[in-house]
Amino acid sequence: MARLKTLVRNQGGVQPLRGGHALCQGCGIPMVVRIVLSTIARPTVVVNATGCLEVATTRYPTTAWNVPWLHVAFENTAAVASGVEAAQCALRRRNALPSDEDVAVVCFAGDGGTYDIGMQALSGALERGHRFLFVCYDNEAYMNTGVQRSGATPFGAATTTSPVGATSWGKAQRRKDMTAIAVAHHVPYVAQACASHWDDLSRKVERAVGCDGPAFINVLTDCPVGWGHEPRLAPHLLDAAVESRFWPLYEVVDGRYRVTYLPTRDVDVEEWLRPQKRFAHLTPALVAEVRRQIDADWAALVARTPD
Amino acid sequence: MRQIDPDVVPAYPITPQTPIIQGYAKFVADGLAHGELIDVESEHSAMSAAIGAALAGARTMTTTSSQGLALMTEVVYLAASMRAPIVMAVGNRALSGPINIHCDHSDAMLVRDSGCIQLFAENAQQAYDLMVMGPRIAEHPDVLLPVLVCLDGFTITHSAEAVDLLRDDVVRRFVGEYVLPHSVLDPQLPVTRGSFAMPDSYFEFRVQQAQALERSLAVFQHVAAEFFEVAQRRYAPVEAYRCDNADRVVVLLGSTAGTVKDVVDELRLEGEHVGLVEITTFRPFPHAALAAAVEGVDEVIVLDRADSPGGTPPLHAEVAASLYGSEIRLSGHVYGLGGRDFHPEDARALFACERDGIPWLV
Repeated sequence: MARLKTLVRNQGGVQPLRGGHALCQGCGIPMVVRIVLSTIARPTVVVNATGCLEVATTRYPTTAWNVPWLHVAFENTAAVASGVEAAQCALRRRNALPSDEDVAVVCFAGDGGTYDIGMQALSGALERGHRFLFVCYDNEAYMNTGVQRSGATPFGAATTTSPVGATSWGKAQRRKDMTAIAVAHHVPYVAQACASHWDDLSRKVERAVGCDGPAFINVLTDCPVGWGHEPRLAPHLLDAAVESRFWPLYEVVDGRYRVTYLPTRDVDVEEWLRPQKRFAHLTPALVAEVRRQIDADWAALVARTPD
Repeated sequence: MRQIDPDVVPAYPITPQTPIIQGYAKFVADGLAHGELIDVESEHSAMSAAIGAALAGARTMTTTSSQGLALMTEVVYLAASMRAPIVMAVGNRALSGPINIHCDHSDAMLVRDSGCIQLFAENAQQAYDLMVMGPRIAEHPDVLLPVLVCLDGFTITHSAEAVDLLRDDVVRRFVGEYVLPHSVLDPQLPVTRGSFAMPDSYFEFRVQQAQALERSLAVFQHVAAEFFEVAQRRYAPVEAYRCDNADRVVVLLGSTAGTVKDVVDELRLEGEHVGLVEITTFRPFPHAALAAAVEGVDEVIVLDRADSPGGTPPLHAEVAASLYGSEIRLSGHVYGLGGRDFHPEDARALFACERDGIPWLV
């Protein structure tokens, strides 16, 4: 069981991502970053994809980072991380680094930098077996550039490139199952988590950084601007995503599935959809289709889970 | 590369670079080289991993050609701007399309403005020597920029010719140890690398980068002088070959210099006053040294192995800038695209046409 006290102690009096950054009110990204980094009890280097997190935390000459941080471009985060990891192996071998110092390599990328433009580099790094953790903060569209659709944008959501109009009712396609794609790489650890369930996320990070190989965690997090919700509603909304089974929490350890949180309330998908402007146009028939997709996905997940 | 023994080598196979990475992989497999070979899934990732490794404090080398260089161009610019001292061998090959695997310089010219140092080799010996000098130039504290050693595809990458190798210990001592002042792997001194620059700071970054590239010309000369001490082979930004009393001088890059040198020798025996200038440091471009090398000649003939449709070919444009305001006549030709052979007869025809004032076509 993760405890807040442990997370605070791991920080050693220094917040890895400090205040003063320019991320929006109600944005879940800094929460995800702090939970992830505070869980890791050893030194960490962060590799960041281009996106909201990078732009809002490192406007030169300022920085919000108290840990070593590296950003190169949008699509290559996992490739940069593989170079850092290889450097650590090489330097340790020629005794240029202390042999007992094991620096964790953690990537943060949005859904664009993970599902779409970043997928090739991520796939390559997962396949090669580098020891690193890749965390996707998935807010389901290109929020940094003004809410354009991505491969993670769910069915029916209105974005600026899948707008609602006389002949359109938002995104007509289903989202890509990126977590399953990561599982298909036979890596030791893959999980799906949500910013609202911090203890679940923290436990997953602990397992991820403890394994000998690549780990991938897909974390759902909100975007008040892109989703069109009140900032104060963020935790409730993310909770509804989990409870309605829109975003199941599970992990896959060495290929073995386990649901880490069973929804306790009987929450209908309307509770997840209704507070968000991007879904405001959905007709009862489209809501029924969303419900059908969720039920089918949940049944498939349960079928993959041994007990 | 076995002798330099870099820490990290991320690379992706592409013709005609493949003999380099296959040879290195075998050295690693046989325990003769000790670097981390990362078999990446694209050239884009090769240069990305190279930046990560170099900024983490590892001596890093890679290699590519043509479409591979085109794919990684975005990251080549970033490597220069992030001041990552990576050494990369470029097996020069034509850019598609149509697709073609043979030599020209259009790939190298694609990254002409990236801020990287670009050195052109004439033959396998020069390719070896420039690679040995590469880390010293790239990692010099006044520079900290990627070095691209450009060697003509097939003509050099696949050539079987005698090369005078230095002893392993001599190379190791010459390149020394790679020490980066601010590694991203140092948790005691956390640094933020690759931050976001607005109009109030972007320009300053670019100016510093340009100044570092300018400074690398002196560093190249300094390293070349030290290299002469250990190898007795002399390198300069510009190599002038039999330019004394010349009325016509050809200026070019790369392996064609060998062909033209032979023809210059023949024509000199026949009483003609011709010469050759070979540019080794295309970036930074040695304007002053070039102007000095061709001082007093009547005509400079530039041979470009890359075109710039709708504009002036890259080497021609540089030479024109070097000679601006001088009395020297300047002509230029594009030759050898997509591996089209350039024979000694072509060089003879070129010198003859320039003498007789007839336009020379490739």
